[in-house]
Amino acid sequence: MNDTVGIVIVSHSKDIAKGTADMVRQMVGSEVKVAFCGGNPDGGLGTDVSLIIDAINNAWSPKGVAILVDLGGAETNSEMAVEMLEPDRRNRVVVCNAPIVEGAVMAAAEAAGGSSLDEVRAVAEELSAS
Amino acid sequence: MSVEPATLKSLVKAAAEQVIASAPELTALDQAIGDGDHGANMKRGFEAVLGKLDTIGALPLDEALKTIGKTLVMTVGGASGPLYGTFFMAAGDALSQKRSLPEDIVEVFACAVGAVSTRGRSQAGEKTMLDVLYPVLETLKAEAGRADVTERVRATAREAVERTVPMQATKGRAAFLGARSIGHADPGARSSCVLLHAVCNALEARP
Repeated sequence: MNDTVGIVIVSHSKDIAKGTADMVRQMVGSEVKVAFCGGNPDGGLGTDVSLIIDAINNAWSPKGVAILVDLGGAETNSEMAVEMLEPDRRNRVVVCNAPIVEGAVMAAAEAAGGSSLDEVRAVAEELSAS
Repeated sequence: MSVEPATLKSLVKAAAEQVIASAPELTALDQAIGDGDHGANMKRGFEAVLGKLDTIGALPLDEALKTIGKTLVMTVGGASGPLYGTFFMAAGDALSQKRSLPEDIVEVFACAVGAVSTRGRSQAGEKTMLDVLYPVLETLKAEAGRADVTERVRATAREAVERTVPMQATKGRAAFLGARSIGHADPGARSSCVLLHAVCNALEARP
């Protein structure tokens, strides 16, 4: 099987993260690894750096991982999580500046075609450009 | 800098307890212009720090600061986790690089504030914790080494929080509110002020 870029979905709400992942799987299929997380360390609304690190490792692919986030803290915590990865993985993970649902679907569709991490990110971020 | 374990522990304990005690106030401020979780998030983070107090107290100061930072990153659950975590980790990193306290407090504090600015991609004047940290850095530059520096830092921090009231937020959750963020103090500025006050008080209370 050819490697594809992995997708990680990080929302303040686990329900939103899971729902987004469900949509990606239905629309794009299961050939792209998709991991998600949501909720703070107490299970309330928020994000949790250690869960994000786990999600990145679960979606890991040699081609890298693209992260889609919802609001402020999800982005900051995702950037923090990337910095805390093993050194050889750090440079192969990007946080996309894109809307979480549309971005995740577009990124996964692009990844399914075997595109590079830069290409996957660019497609997701086109959604924010217009 | 060699800090007596008992001194370090009492400093960290005082700061953490003060933040925890201020959680309802931070939450009230955050309900006005954010999503209302700043108090609970900071409380969770500093309770985790208190839980590691014995470990932290036994570490050299630079490692203690890094451990506090990492603990906040892993437990806070909001943007303030990486922001405060980065502050403490960067201060610890600065101390590891042949700097010592109190002589190099200006440099160490500047490294920590700069790292927060980078992490948040934010500058002064955007209604954030930086609107307290930068003025305090200026006060340290001017007053470090003077006997009343803790008093000056407290006053600067307090005044700086008040100056965030008329500011319009362009960063963080409050930015969604646009002009409606005007008229409320920034919760992150306030929590920075609480921490700085607690540290200054604890330093003054040292035997």
